[in-house]
Amino acid sequence: MHMTTETPMDKTTGTTKVSTAEATPIIPLPHPVARALVVAGSAVALIGTFLAWTWTEEFPGNLTVTGYPGGLQVLTLFGSVLTLLFALSGYGIKGLGWLTPGGKNSPVLLAALGVFGTTGYAMGAISQELGGLVNLEPGAWVSGIGALIAVLGALGLPVDQPYGAGDPDPNLWGRIRHSLTAPDPGRAKELPSWVEILIIAAGFGVGLYVFSYGIGTEYSELFIGFLIIAAFGFTAVTRAGLLKRLSALTAKHRNVTLGAAFAAAICFPFTQSNDQFALIGANILIFATVALGLNVVVGLAGLLDLGYVAFLGVGAYAAALVSGSPASTIGVQFPFWAAVLTGAAASLIFGVVIGAPTLRLRGDYLAIVTLGFGEIFRITMNNLNGNSGPDVTNGSNGIPQIPDLEIFGFNLGVPHDVIGHELTRSANYYLLMLVFTAIVVMVFRRSAESRIGRAWVAIREDETAATAMGINGFRLKLLAFALGASLAGLAGTVQAHVSYSVTPEQYQFAGPVPPNSAFLLAAVILGGMGTISGPLIGAALLYLIPAKLQFMAEYQLLLFGIALMLLMRFRPEGLVADRRKQLEFHETGQLDVPEDKPLPEGATGVAKAGA
Amino acid sequence: MTTTTSAPATTTVLDASGVTMRFGGLTAVRDVNLTVNTGEIVGLIGPNGAGKTTFFNCLTGLYVPTEGRVAYKGTVLPPKPHLVTQAGIARTFQNIRLFANMTVLENVLVGRHTRTKEGLWSALLRLPGFRKAEEESRARAMELLEFTGLAAKADHLARNLPYGEQRKLEIARALASEPGLLLLDEPTAGMNPQETRAAEELIFAIRDQGIAVLVIEHDIRFIMNLCDRVAVLVQGEKIVEGPAEVVQADERVIAAYLGTPFEGAPGDAEAAEVEAAEADAQSTTEGDDK
Ligand SMILES: Nc1ncnc2c1ncn2[C@@H]1O[C@H](COP(=O)(O)OP(=O)(O)OP(=O)(O)O)[C@@H](O)[C@H]1O
Ligand SMILES: [Mg+2]
Repeated sequence: MHMTTETPMDKTTGTTKVSTAEATPIIPLPHPVARALVVAGSAVALIGTFLAWTWTEEFPGNLTVTGYPGGLQVLTLFGSVLTLLFALSGYGIKGLGWLTPGGKNSPVLLAALGVFGTTGYAMGAISQELGGLVNLEPGAWVSGIGALIAVLGALGLPVDQPYGAGDPDPNLWGRIRHSLTAPDPGRAKELPSWVEILIIAAGFGVGLYVFSYGIGTEYSELFIGFLIIAAFGFTAVTRAGLLKRLSALTAKHRNVTLGAAFAAAICFPFTQSNDQFALIGANILIFATVALGLNVVVGLAGLLDLGYVAFLGVGAYAAALVSGSPASTIGVQFPFWAAVLTGAAASLIFGVVIGAPTLRLRGDYLAIVTLGFGEIFRITMNNLNGNSGPDVTNGSNGIPQIPDLEIFGFNLGVPHDVIGHELTRSANYYLLMLVFTAIVVMVFRRSAESRIGRAWVAIREDETAATAMGINGFRLKLLAFALGASLAGLAGTVQAHVSYSVTPEQYQFAGPVPPNSAFLLAAVILGGMGTISGPLIGAALLYLIPAKLQFMAEYQLLLFGIALMLLMRFRPEGLVADRRKQLEFHETGQLDVPEDKPLPEGATGVAKAGA
Repeated sequence: MTTTTSAPATTTVLDASGVTMRFGGLTAVRDVNLTVNTGEIVGLIGPNGAGKTTFFNCLTGLYVPTEGRVAYKGTVLPPKPHLVTQAGIARTFQNIRLFANMTVLENVLVGRHTRTKEGLWSALLRLPGFRKAEEESRARAMELLEFTGLAAKADHLARNLPYGEQRKLEIARALASEPGLLLLDEPTAGMNPQETRAAEELIFAIRDQGIAVLVIEHDIRFIMNLCDRVAVLVQGEKIVEGPAEVVQADERVIAAYLGTPFEGAPGDAEAAEVEAAEADAQSTTEGDDK
């Protein structure tokens, strides 16, 4: 079966130049055959996951049991089910049509590729770690070949978008890329609002599940497999139009969505029994909150700030100094609320002091000056050690032994039993941090949707035109800068307690551990500038990936750079597109640039106006 | 200056005197005096590079004039664009400068900036009055979009509008700041004759609302139809000012237009136009698109 499918592909490769740009699939198979292949292939891959993939438990995840998928097999299982569902939906089976309101066949191909990628990776990892293909049991081959058949079948499905008439004859690569695109879904049917809300809740449930699964992966093979299937699965779901549908719903029920998101976030520590994972959660929240603060500065006002982590540092140092730590050079202990205000106020002042002279600069100059100030902060903290300057910060030793917080008699440092689940120290801080995240989300949202927020965006778009519209550019930029700074300072006050100590080295421009200026900026850009969920998702990914893949610590920054470049090439608007960026596609479904030639009738409205 | 205005109770909206702008060795605007009165539409014409846009920039504070002063309704304006807008002068740009990634409605709302007060705290705490102010702004912005005929496109991105509508949106955005004087820099550039006529209607409608208009334009017929008074700028100097017919017949103006041999197609077209207009003073029926 599988030989016959390969021969036509070779032929296609040779003849693409000749065949004109019509909607032929990459492998010219009759449609029913192709779809049957996908269904059969993914079913076979699914069955394979119930068989043993290897003979020894030396490979993590125990893939030796027949009848019970474990570890990487689970990922293949999920992927195959997804492929199967998408493929069956294409048969027009009742009740599955909702799965593919946008593209019908590109999601199938993407999901199949995800299964193939994960399974192939698993087979490769087994062979490599155990020394040779002999270590693969038949189950692995069954799944692998099944996945391959599914991919080949999917390549034989018709493409979702017909080629435009004027398109040049694409080469094979162009055709493959084209086959991965899909049209936007049409307008959804009105549903009763409680159904829509349930759908949103289900969406967040899936999101929370996927996210906690990612955090909970215990070995890097599983995490890599997870990344492969998650990336392909996410793209498949996007191409199927489900994401657009969901975001249409979330846009409609925004408060419900926010509530659901926070409910899901509150549930997270209750799904984790391991303090380690709750700590990852808390750190992600800190990182994400600071990224969201940076998004005010970069995403809304368009000010490229390369030293933003300094504001986190100012907040953290301020909180540490008034925390009552024995190492603090001021022997005071503020209550938490006062410490928070101190931290935010210190950052605010620092922000204004830095912003006032630098914000008169534009673009690249601002970036370089803020980069410099970020480093100056770190070096100053190093030097205020009693040697090179007055002793305020203990220099490179930082301020250790920051005591745990106690809020309303609730000591965050010790585990507590809450509704039958033990919340560890990290879980306590996670929940505290979540409150701050909520505050920052609210600040971001409310400021963005106001006169001030519009003025920021106007400055970002065209500062000259903005000032000509009566906007005091300098003042508003300073406001954005100061607001961003105090939000970071707010997060810093919690961070000081979570990490027990503050040292200058935590606040670098770039480094392997996430909250640093480069990663913050990357989180904003990767996630999607000007959005709320973008930086949160971006920060979660950027924290998790290095934390989970510690074995390649040396190449981390290199890989990070490559990944960022690929992202900018293929999805420059970031993972979550700004509402405005979505609008670019909104009217005609095509990326349109205003033409230089005026349209023949553009004059209808004015006649009325003149009348 | 030495002209007409038989209408009762006209006051001076704009009074620019001795405005000079030098860029290094180049004097782009030289000692220009110009006044605009309420209820007037004044045209500013001149060959390419004459300094018209530079003069606008001097009026609106984008450039600090080397010499001279600009007064709006009797008070001298500081050369800061946002204060000029605050005072009541709004403008459009020759090369359209919309906020491309904002919606049409948002563009107009930004124009409302100087006429609304809500600060950051009001927005964050949703203080009483915030919602009301937002709604009022929106209502006013929608009115302006109705007025310019863009209401149906309120939710579209500015960048996605066709060219002619982008120009209209710039006017709507400028009007949102409730100006007493509107400066239009080549509002019909790139428009076809139909759209140009619609733009004329729009400008008349604006004038009827009591807003004085100062308009730069190359299209002579447009200027003839529209303006009560025309000033001609040549190489930075104002050489003539007066009613359109008088200016059109002035030898110095004709010389200025014809005497610029290096000019590209648009300049030639205009020169031809001036000639044609002079030949039969009544009606030029020829198509004027560039
Ligand atoms: N910022 C600047 N720096 C240096 N020279 C400038 C600057 N702005 C304008 N100029 C020069 O001033 C002169 C007048 O330019 P301006 O744009 O005002 O002409 P214009 O009358 O608006 O012409 P057009 O009809 O082509 O729009 C030109 O020679 C131009 O090169
Ligand atoms: Mg000009």
